[in-house]
Amino acid sequence: MTRRRIAAIAIAAVVALAGSAVVGYQLSDRGASTALRTGIGGPIDLPATTGKRFSTADLGGKPYAVFFGFTRCPNICPTTLSDLTLDMEQLGPLADRLQVLFVTVDPERDTPDSMKDYLSAFDPRIVGLSGTPEEIAAVAKAYRVYYEKVPTEGGDYTMNHTATVYLMDGKGELTGTLSLEEEQPTRVAKLKRLAESG
Amino acid sequence: MTLQAFRKQSASSRLFRSFTGIEQRIAIATLAIGLLFVGVDAARAHEFKIGAIEIEHPWSRATPPGAKVGGGYLVIANDGDSDDTLVAATLESAGRTEIHQMSVDNGVMKMRPVEGGIAVPAHGKAELAPNGFHLMFMDLKQPLKQGEKVKGTLTFAKAGTVDVVFEIDAIGAMPKHEHHGDGDMPGMKMEN
Repeated sequence: MTRRRIAAIAIAAVVALAGSAVVGYQLSDRGASTALRTGIGGPIDLPATTGKRFSTADLGGKPYAVFFGFTRCPNICPTTLSDLTLDMEQLGPLADRLQVLFVTVDPERDTPDSMKDYLSAFDPRIVGLSGTPEEIAAVAKAYRVYYEKVPTEGGDYTMNHTATVYLMDGKGELTGTLSLEEEQPTRVAKLKRLAESG
Repeated sequence: MTLQAFRKQSASSRLFRSFTGIEQRIAIATLAIGLLFVGVDAARAHEFKIGAIEIEHPWSRATPPGAKVGGGYLVIANDGDSDDTLVAATLESAGRTEIHQMSVDNGVMKMRPVEGGIAVPAHGKAELAPNGFHLMFMDLKQPLKQGEKVKGTLTFAKAGTVDVVFEIDAIGAMPKHEHHGDGDMPGMKMEN
């Protein structure tokens, strides 16, 4: 590994750390229904598992929860999708008042079709999004999502990526996050507030 | 022996006395001893042993359709006087299996292959769980389905290779002893 690469990783890590610290600090004393003005977020317009392009512009002010992952992810992605499925079940009809999005950080292997198959194990309202590597890079940048390939044996790779679920209000502004460490009642309460804010 | 088992035993000895004929008593006693062994077997059903190494409850999670990977989890206990290392593993339905470590650092999920295997210290334990060291099943030939049992192997540097069976739990299931749910937390149909 070259020094330049180490330096780049170190800088990326510091930026990610600082970003998380800001979000964490702001979340600690604010509810999930107020925009945090972190600058995190932005319009999303990508090929979707619905067979069409999906655009946040078409949500008509509906809040959304978005997270980034990939289907060759053994733990955090299926767990998050499973958690969200259970949360949506708890929310009942309220869950229709928000949109859950799963954006791949591995667009070379995850196509809308393969993601559709994968997502069939979860709540059917969850929409999967892929795109060109450039499209994904642009969306990830807007959401301050870090991702990188990690080589494994036999020329294969896995991905490191930000695993936070971003809660975005009807104006597309970040109002809070969900994390894996939270218990279900906490997640459901946050999603409920988000759904009711729309 | 648990109190419950003790109670069961004294109840059965009262029952035993109600049988008078010697043949009857022998038959009942044989049956009781047989049942005792069934009980012991059931309790040990999901443990595997090779040399000083004991493997407790190898399990994995059901995978969504088309998923190419899965995780393998277990607890390894080393009763011996020397350290050992888990160096390799296989799963029948996976093209190959690697040993990985997962960590979450400021919201970033990081995955890295573990070089040199997982150490199991003498008289110590090593745990493979969803949020740390785990087996990474790659190139799955078919999805892992909840309730299935899938054969595999674990290879230790000193103890050698042992055949094990991975029990497939729900998507999103957590290790039995953690506080995430009541131990049987099904990924898709949890009620609470």
